[in-house]
Amino acid sequence: MKMEVQDISKQIIDPKNLVYDRSPLMTDNVLTYCPGCGHGVVHHLMAEVIDEMGIQSETIGVAPVGCSVLAYEFLDVDWLQAPHGRAPAVATGLKRIMPEKYIFTYQGDGDLAAIGTGETIHACNRGEHITIIFINNGIYGMTGGQMAPTTLPGMATSTSPYGRDVSTMGYPIKMTELVAQLPGTYYVTRQAVHKPGNVRKTKKAIQKAFENQKLKKGVSLVEVVSNCNNGWKMTPVKSNTWMEENMFPYYPLGDIKVDGELVK
Amino acid sequence: MKKDILLLKGNEAIAEAAIRAGADAYFGYPITPQSEVLEYLMLEKPEERTGMVVLQAESELAAINMVFGAASAGRKVITSSSSPGVSLYQEGISYIAGAELPCVIVNIVRGGPGLGTIQPSQADYFQSTKGGGHGDYHLLVLAPASVQEMADFVKLGFELAFKYRNPVMILSDGLIGQIMEKVELFEQVDRATEFDQSWVTTGKTPDRERNIITSLNLQSVMQEKHNFKLQAKYKKMQSEVRFEEIECEDAEYLMVAYGSSARVCQKTVQLARDKGIKAGLLRPITLYPYPSGKLNEMADRVKGMLSVEMSAGQMVEDVRLAVNGKIPVEHYGRFGGMVHSPREVLEALEEKIVKK
Ligand SMILES: Cc1ncc(C[n+]2csc(CCOP(=O)(O)OP(=O)(O)O)c2C)c(N)n1
Repeated sequence: MKMEVQDISKQIIDPKNLVYDRSPLMTDNVLTYCPGCGHGVVHHLMAEVIDEMGIQSETIGVAPVGCSVLAYEFLDVDWLQAPHGRAPAVATGLKRIMPEKYIFTYQGDGDLAAIGTGETIHACNRGEHITIIFINNGIYGMTGGQMAPTTLPGMATSTSPYGRDVSTMGYPIKMTELVAQLPGTYYVTRQAVHKPGNVRKTKKAIQKAFENQKLKKGVSLVEVVSNCNNGWKMTPVKSNTWMEENMFPYYPLGDIKVDGELVK
Repeated sequence: MKKDILLLKGNEAIAEAAIRAGADAYFGYPITPQSEVLEYLMLEKPEERTGMVVLQAESELAAINMVFGAASAGRKVITSSSSPGVSLYQEGISYIAGAELPCVIVNIVRGGPGLGTIQPSQADYFQSTKGGGHGDYHLLVLAPASVQEMADFVKLGFELAFKYRNPVMILSDGLIGQIMEKVELFEQVDRATEFDQSWVTTGKTPDRERNIITSLNLQSVMQEKHNFKLQAKYKKMQSEVRFEEIECEDAEYLMVAYGSSARVCQKTVQLARDKGIKAGLLRPITLYPYPSGKLNEMADRVKGMLSVEMSAGQMVEDVRLAVNGKIPVEHYGRFGGMVHSPREVLEALEEKIVKK
C-alpha cells in the first residue's frame, strides 16, 4: 500500500504527466488581488493564452483604473496604464498605428460601463480589431465597494447603503448585450471563473478573442462575471454562491455573438 | 515632396506640415476655429502620401487617449483642438506628461470661458503654460505669429517633443488659424525618428524586459522621485527659450506680446515711433520656457513694460515675475473674442506707461 502511494506521487511529479503549470508569462510579483477574487484567475488565463499562441512579442496590454490598475505588474508583456475608462481609446491609438500587433484592454465594470461608456461603445462601433476583457463584479472594488453601473437592484453598497433603488439610481446596465448589437463587434461572450468548468470555457473564449484579431473583423469582447468577496462583504465561498444565485440570472452566461452573428 | 510655396490658412499649414514632418498619426474631434486641420488631412489622404493614420474620434477625451496610445509606440503623433476641447484633453495630457511621452498638441484658442465665442483669444495662457491638468508638470509651449510659423513649429514641435520625451503645445488662436498667408513648406521628412526607442510599447521581444508606460506610483516616495526627475527635465528645457526682438535696442518703453497680439503690436511700434515715442516689442516665441532672463535684463534699460494680450491679463504675471519690481509693468488687451487695434494699444501704452 505504502509503495503504491509513492509510485503515484512519483508519476504526478514526472514532468511529462503535468496537466497544469504556472504560465511562464506570469511574473514573480505578488498578486495584489484579494484571495478568492476572479481577477487573478483571469490573469492566469490570459498569460496561458498569450504564451500558447506564441504572441508575447506582439502583444500590448492596456490596464484600466480599478483593482487591475497594476495588471502590468503580473503579465510579462508590454503594457500601458490608461486613464479611468479610456482604455478602448488608448487601444485604438495603439492598434491603428500597429495593425499587426495584438492589442487588448482589461477593464472593470466601472471603467468600461460607467466612466468609459463612450469609449467602449465607439471603439466597438468603429470595429477596432482589439480584444476587450471585461471583469464585471457589480461593484467598485478598488475604491472600497461603491455602487457600479452593474450593481443589481436592491444590492447594498457603500453608496447605496439601503440597496440600489432603481427609481432614483437607475438600472444595472448590460453593456455586453448592448455592444453585441453593433456591427463593429465580432465576438461577444459572457463567462465566469468560479468553477473549473467555467475556467476552461473562459480560457477558450479568451483564446478566440485573441485569435480573432488576425481576421480584422472587429471587436472581440469577453465579459467575466466575477465575485468581489471583499466588496460584497462575504467569504469567497459565500460570494460565489451569491453570484450564482443573483448575478447569473441577470447576467446569463454564454455566447451572445459569434463570428459576427447574434446567437439566437 | 520638395519645398513648396503655397497660400494656406494657418490651420491648413498645420495639417500639411504634419504630413511633411513625417507624423505617423493624427487624432482629433471637430471644433471651430480649427476644424480645417482634420478636413484638410482627410482630403489629402495622408495614408496614401506617407502612411500617416488620420482618425476622427468620438470626443476630445477619446482623441487625447488615442494620442496617448499611439505615442507610446514611439511614433510621431499630433492632435489639434480649440479651447473647450483642450479643456477635455487635460486629464490625458497630465497622464502623457506623467508617463513622459512625446506628442504635439495644437490649441487654436477661442474666447471663453464656457462655450464662449469662436473668435480668437489668448485666454488659455495659464492653462497651457502652468500645466493645465492635475499635478506638477509643464508642456513645452510654442506660440506661432504667422502661418509660416504654424508650419515650421509642427516640425520643431516633434523635434523638441522627442528630445525631451515631453508633450509640446502649439498655442495659437483663431486669427492665425484662419488667415491665409504665403508659406514656404519644408521638404518631406522621414516618418522614422532617430531618437531613443528603448522605452516603447511595441511588444516585448526576448532581448529586453517588458516596457511599461504608466504614470502610477503607489509609493509616494517613488512618486516624489519621479517628480524630481520631471523637474530636472523642465530645468533642462529652459535652454530652449526663444524670442524675437523688434526695435528693442534703443527702446524706452517695451511691449511684450506673443502670437496674434504681437502682430498687432508690431504696427503699434511704428505708430509710436512716428509720434516720437521710443517703443519696442519683445515677442516670446516659447511661452514655456519663458524668456524671463531677457525681460529681466531689458528691465534695466527701459522705463516700463506693457503686456499686451487678448486676455484679461495672464502673461502679465510672468512679465512681472521676470522684472521683479524693477520697473512698472501693466497689462492691456481686449478679450472674449475681441482683437485690439494698433491704435488702441498705442493709447494704452501712452496712458499706462509713457505718462506714468
Ligand atoms: C477620473 C477618475 N475618476 C475616479 C477615479 C477613482 N476610481 C478608481 S478605481 C474606480 C472604480 C473602479 O471600479 P471597476 O472599474 O468596477 O473595477 P474594480 O476595482 O471593481 O475591479 C474609481 C471610481 C479615478 N481614478 N479617476
